[in-house]
Amino acid sequence: MAEVTTTLDRPRLRVPSRQQVGYVLRRWPVGPIVILTTLVIVGLFAPLFAPYSPLQIDLPARNTPPFWVAAETEIRTVAQRVDKLSAEDHDKISLRDARKIDGNEDVAVGDVIEIVIRPAGSFAHIAGTDQTGRDILSRVIFGARVSLMVTAVSLTSGLVIGVAMGLIAGYADQIFPKYGKHLDEAIMRLVEITFAVPTILVALVIVIVFGKSFFILLMLLAFVAWNAFPRNVRAEVLTLKTSDYVALAKISGASSFRILFVHIFPGVINTVLVIATLRVGQLILIEAILSFLGAGVQPPKPAWGAMVADGREYLNDAWWIAFFPGIGIFLVVMSLNFLGDWMRDRFDPRLRQLD
Amino acid sequence: MSRFILRRLFYMFVTMVLATLLVFVLSRIVGDPRLLYVQEGGYGLSEEAWEAMGIKLHLDKPVVFQYGYWLGDALTGDLGESMLDRKPVMEIMLEALPATLQLAFFGWIFATVVGIPLGVLSAVKRGSIWDYLGRGVALLGQTLPVFWVGIMGILIFAVQLGWLPTGTKPDEFSFKHFIMPAVTLGWFSAAGYLRLTRSAMLDVMDSEYIKLARAKGVNATLVLWKHAFRNAIIAPLTFSSLVLAGFITGAIVTETVFSWPGVGRLAFTSVDDNDFPLMVGLMLMFTFMFLTVNLITDVLYAYVDPRIRYG
Repeated sequence: MAEVTTTLDRPRLRVPSRQQVGYVLRRWPVGPIVILTTLVIVGLFAPLFAPYSPLQIDLPARNTPPFWVAAETEIRTVAQRVDKLSAEDHDKISLRDARKIDGNEDVAVGDVIEIVIRPAGSFAHIAGTDQTGRDILSRVIFGARVSLMVTAVSLTSGLVIGVAMGLIAGYADQIFPKYGKHLDEAIMRLVEITFAVPTILVALVIVIVFGKSFFILLMLLAFVAWNAFPRNVRAEVLTLKTSDYVALAKISGASSFRILFVHIFPGVINTVLVIATLRVGQLILIEAILSFLGAGVQPPKPAWGAMVADGREYLNDAWWIAFFPGIGIFLVVMSLNFLGDWMRDRFDPRLRQLD
Repeated sequence: MSRFILRRLFYMFVTMVLATLLVFVLSRIVGDPRLLYVQEGGYGLSEEAWEAMGIKLHLDKPVVFQYGYWLGDALTGDLGESMLDRKPVMEIMLEALPATLQLAFFGWIFATVVGIPLGVLSAVKRGSIWDYLGRGVALLGQTLPVFWVGIMGILIFAVQLGWLPTGTKPDEFSFKHFIMPAVTLGWFSAAGYLRLTRSAMLDVMDSEYIKLARAKGVNATLVLWKHAFRNAIIAPLTFSSLVLAGFITGAIVTETVFSWPGVGRLAFTSVDDNDFPLMVGLMLMFTFMFLTVNLITDVLYAYVDPRIRYG
């Protein structure tokens, strides 16, 4: 009997068609996912990706522009003597200074020469260097760790507190039949009040009292983060607790805590994920603002907000110091917004009113 | 209606008390509150002055009384002296307030003039280039850090092009000096207005009475401006707490970027100088302003929309 060869079950590599690519691009937020994945990987393994140490000072190379910027030159007339403070002499250069430049040994008074005011950018510092010669790219890469820490510590602790509050508020009348209603009321009023106090100012007062440190900042942001959750989680619990499977769990003798955490909690996870994603973006922005105001991450540790504040002083000579960290904040926050919107439409369209 | 207002007033009162309580607890949590009122290391402070400060803060009395005295002082406008130049905090803040209010006024005008028309256009011409432009502005407003927008503005319009001054406010009025700070401040709120107007407009345009008006053969412009816009504008105009929250953060950042001599910049300098009394004064003042405007908008909103009043 001859063997039948079939190609049917052999996996084949196919180049996806344009329609398929377009479908994926429209269905999945590819750009944001790529940007955020890059942020996480680069931030986690910052020492591997950063070409220099973020703290390494190199004064001779200070204010080097990014690689595509050409050298800045000026035409000067060589003079015997130059009064550097006089306005008349601004286009002159002294003979002694002119001779110091390489290849200019035989220059004479009256010659017109071109001198380099600022060297061209090079691939040694792709994004240039700051006022003390530290590599901007390396500092931006290490600065990404701040965003990661904010997400890992502040958002997570805020999320745990906020979700717990929401669950308890929504289910309080079952756990404490007597005081449940008041507990629910109290929690929701507290949430309402936290919305009415200007966050940044409270943060600044706390920073003055406890001192400026990264730890304080993370704790502060956790307190900023929690109040986004209770309202929506509670609303979700209120619907879920009237459902049949919760009633059945109660009949079969499950405790209130078991019902809340085993039966109701899984139902609110989608909502929580969507809110968390949208909230991280805001937290990163608030962190950047606090660092910009000098109340967050302290120098010389790199943080995007603080780097922009540094660059503000040098806008005339070196725009790139303030430019790149700002782009970092923008890309990350925008990606989180896109991802959050996408998740909301996908997992929990009812949250649309959150806008 | 009066019940609604009373309830809102009560919440405002509770919030304000909690804010003062927070500040008070914070000042006692470090141990001796006097530590917050002196420069680091107690530079230039005599023993007698230290004791006098203790008496002024009523440290010899129980904590509850201390809070009472402090609250009483705060309510009568005595928030203590700033640490840097030993001037009354209230005086410093009132001196700086006009500059901030002027800036906020222009910022608000910018936000309204850009946000509302673009929101209407973006909703009416849905899917067109205007819609994409509007949604782009909304997105950028939400995601671009305010301080960075200001600094890039300085870089482009002041340093590179030389069209506008880099910042600060001259003594006599100069419109040129207002342009960049006002745009920076209004940026976030413009995006907020835009999103609110757009979604409100889309809601209204989809309603039955607009369809009826169209079916009757009413002129399209008239339907748009008289029937739709009038109803859609209520939400964005009264829903200003979002805009205001943006203004408070925005004022601090914008005034820092442009060296604007207002209360926002005071917040920045007091963090820099660890000036606790001044910072507390600023926080209480901003909270009070925030709550007052919120109250007014809530009442306005309830006035125009009965669903809120009885909800």
